[in-house]
Amino acid sequence: MFNFGDVLDLPLIWGGLIALSVFVYVLLDGFDLGCGILFPFAGSDKNRSRMMNSIAPFWDGNETWLVLGGGGLFAAFPVAYGIIMTGLYLPVTAMLFGLIMRGVAFEFRFKSSSRRHVWDTFFFVGSVVATFSQGIMLGALVQGLEASNRLYTGGPFDWLTPFSIVCGFAMIIGYALLGSTWLIIKTEHTLQVWARQVSRWMLTALLVAMVVVTAFMYFSDIDALEGWFSFPDLLYLAPMPIIVMLLFFIMRKDLKTEREYRPFLLTVALFLMGYIGVCFALFPYIVPYQMTIYEAAAADTSLSFMLIGACIMLPIILSYTAFAYYTFKGKSDHNPMY
Amino acid sequence: MFATFMIDQLDALMLARIQFAFVISFHIVFPAFSIGLASWLAVLEFRWLRTGEPIYAEVYKHWVKIFAVVFGLGVVSGVVMSYQFGTNWAVFSDKAGNVLGPLLAYEVLTAFFLEASFLGIMLFGWGRVSKRMHFASTAIVAIGTLISGFWILAANSFMQTPQGFMMGADGLLYPTDWLEIIFNPSFPYRYAHMMTAAFLTTAFVIGGIGAYYIQSKKHVEHRAHGRVMLGMAMIMAIFVAPAQVLIGDEHGLNTLEHQPAKVAAMEGLWEDERGAALRLFAIPDQENQTNKYEVKIPYVTGLILTHSLDGEVKGLKNWAPEDQPPVIIVFWAFRIMVGIGMLMVLVGLFSLYKYFKKQQFNPESVWFHRAWMMMTPLGFIALLSGWFVTETGRQPWTVYGVIRTAESMSPVAAQQVATTLIGFIVLYIFVFGAGSFYILRLIAQGPKPYTDPAEDNFYEHSVTESQGRALSGDSNPAKGTEEGLDEPANDVDDGGLR
Ligand code: HDD
Ligand code: HEM
Ligand code: HEM
Repeated sequence: MFNFGDVLDLPLIWGGLIALSVFVYVLLDGFDLGCGILFPFAGSDKNRSRMMNSIAPFWDGNETWLVLGGGGLFAAFPVAYGIIMTGLYLPVTAMLFGLIMRGVAFEFRFKSSSRRHVWDTFFFVGSVVATFSQGIMLGALVQGLEASNRLYTGGPFDWLTPFSIVCGFAMIIGYALLGSTWLIIKTEHTLQVWARQVSRWMLTALLVAMVVVTAFMYFSDIDALEGWFSFPDLLYLAPMPIIVMLLFFIMRKDLKTEREYRPFLLTVALFLMGYIGVCFALFPYIVPYQMTIYEAAAADTSLSFMLIGACIMLPIILSYTAFAYYTFKGKSDHNPMY
Repeated sequence: MFATFMIDQLDALMLARIQFAFVISFHIVFPAFSIGLASWLAVLEFRWLRTGEPIYAEVYKHWVKIFAVVFGLGVVSGVVMSYQFGTNWAVFSDKAGNVLGPLLAYEVLTAFFLEASFLGIMLFGWGRVSKRMHFASTAIVAIGTLISGFWILAANSFMQTPQGFMMGADGLLYPTDWLEIIFNPSFPYRYAHMMTAAFLTTAFVIGGIGAYYIQSKKHVEHRAHGRVMLGMAMIMAIFVAPAQVLIGDEHGLNTLEHQPAKVAAMEGLWEDERGAALRLFAIPDQENQTNKYEVKIPYVTGLILTHSLDGEVKGLKNWAPEDQPPVIIVFWAFRIMVGIGMLMVLVGLFSLYKYFKKQQFNPESVWFHRAWMMMTPLGFIALLSGWFVTETGRQPWTVYGVIRTAESMSPVAAQQVATTLIGFIVLYIFVFGAGSFYILRLIAQGPKPYTDPAEDNFYEHSVTESQGRALSGDSNPAKGTEEGLDEPANDVDDGGLR
């Protein structure tokens, strides 16, 4: 049946689509995980309710991008999915535990009164664990996985290195910044003032984290650097540090003004810079430094069949997602929402 | 210590199977409930829009809270499922990925996003969007759950009765015909049977709780709600429960054609038998390839399966012992499911009788309402038993006749599987226990009176906070609950930031 393999570079298209859905996931779930990370520090129970309400209508849709990332990887690069999930068995499971803990907190928090603090803790711990695991997974991928014969051959703790731990902390900072700039949009008065304050700290911390991660990669000989410092890539990547610094200064200024939307968008741009860096480092590998997207791709017939669905469904999905965000525009309240 | 003990006893494969069975059993219970509830809520809201009777809105607003919890639990357990294939079944993912991956990807693209996005509007959009748009959202969520079931059951049915693929020289499956893959021989039966099962399970929960509201002295003000609930559930019990028996019978015939070993296990037949007897009771003994303590009725199984008195049904000994499924699980799970299905039909008949005597809502019909209350949890048990029949009966294969379970496993150490398994058990028991507790508490609270205009603009931004609080009345969780121990919405606690 359907086979566009002769006319289209299907592995490349699917690699791109999966990279895109992971990026959308990072941004969207990033801000709601970020709210979870900042949750205990919000000063009052009412503020925590406002934070929760600002993300409650969206979190499920946001997390679906993770399911698309995972499901897409399974569908488009089954062997890579198998190797990566086996290699990252423990951090993936830890992430799932974190996502379970925070996911149920949304429903349970407003239904409980005497045990509310339990769910507050769940929400915070779950968000931190999920974020940290994602950072670790990212770090582990950048380091590379061992595999041969279509199977993972490394040990159960290969992912655990100083570098991946640094990435875990960087992820926490990054998501916290997404969360705090989101809260600037969704809140007012004292909570908004606080969110601006937090954003300033997190912004500086993020810059430090980006430098540390890069330095780590430079001093430990991670293969990714070959991607960065080979000739044509260097040319594209050279302006990136400058753009990052520019974004940083614009945002610092914004945070001192009344602007509500731009800090969030600037954070998105900062994430985009980092993400482009990672993609450059890894391309064309899907199992880093072992298997390229072409070696790991599913059958052309499978990729073609899915492409039809993706072309039809993605625009529809994006439009009703936009509709959902539009429906809940405006500042969030602290009362239970239904 | 427990972990080391388990590893001594079980190998990684067994642990991975237990882990999969554990997490999917939790997952199936909640989505099945979501499937049923979403459709029911859509019908309720439709009736409300049509009649304008506040009673429907009250029941809706009460059950939508329960739905939110159920759905949330379905989502978190579902996200786990989408990673289980890679973590524990990497080889299976590699081999079957070309076929199963796209089906799951279609599920995400066509169903999960739809459900998740409109769920937000369904739960929180009350008063933000028009009533029609709100109803549309409920309906879309309901349709999303049905689409979701479509794809996942296509995938599962493919694993039972695979077709439309070819085996490559590299040992991977390659799709040749997507329509054959999706509409494989067991899919129509399985989809019909499963969706019906979800509706029935939900109906018996709703009807049981409705009966409880009618009976209970604590819920006198909820009798009217109970009547709506029980009334709608009775329709399902009267018409759909018998239909399920017929669908299940057709499903079984289809299985006999494609997976005769599974049917032999369901019936506990070791030898080929002409005019096969129905074993009401037996302890299958796999080691000696025979049954102990059989109680049987001659001819019945043969009659059901071959629709003739002397038709022959194949026994398990046609397959080498290593190709047989674990008989005792299949045998007993099947009996439990069918037994509950028959009970549902009986309750349907009882309901019909009470309906004609116009006593169905009369609090004096104590036994009638007790029967409904007793049925409340049984749908879930039937659902799980059914899955145990299906899945265990497919063993020792993951894709029947094509990929063996033993060849599907990831190269992970037993320690890792054991540790995460214990993690899942502890977390699930806590989380799903709490979820069930909150659901039960919501049921104990019962529906609240519907206050239309205030509620409807409650979320407008023009409403200031203090007005909002006044309007919200007892929707504040601190009031109106039995707990009420602390006041989360305490006015002075904003101070921390000022
Ligand atoms: C799309 C695939 C799929 C779906 C929808 C299901 N299963 Fe399954 N099941 C598998 C794919 C699978 C599997 C991957 O093929 C397993 C894992 C190992 C194995 O033996 O088969 C399995 C095993 C397995 C076992 C262990 C059987 C044994 O080892 O004897 C049980 C009890 C269940 N499942 C139960 C369920 C339940 C309650 C489901 C309800 C939703 C369900 N399965 C849906
Ligand atoms: C191994 C198999 C399965 C996988 C990988 C899986 C995966 C998932 C995932 C990831 C979600 C969450 C979607 C979201 O974020 O909104 C989900 C929800 C859902 N699943 Fe499954 N699932 C499986 C089996 C099943 C089965 C057998 C059914 C029933 C027929 C089912 C029906 C549903 C439904 C209706 C939902 C949405 C409602 C809810 O979340 O409660 N799933 N599933
Ligand atoms: C007396 C009536 C029933 C009969 C004869 C029947 C028959 C069957 C059969 C033969 C299977 C195995 C399918 C396979 O081999 O793959 C099955 C599976 C199943 N049954 Fe039933 N069943 C009945 C009632 C019920 C009821 C009342 C429920 C739940 C409310 C239920 C839920 C399920 C489920 C969830 C499955 C697994 C999914 C599937 O394969 O469709 N069944 N049933």
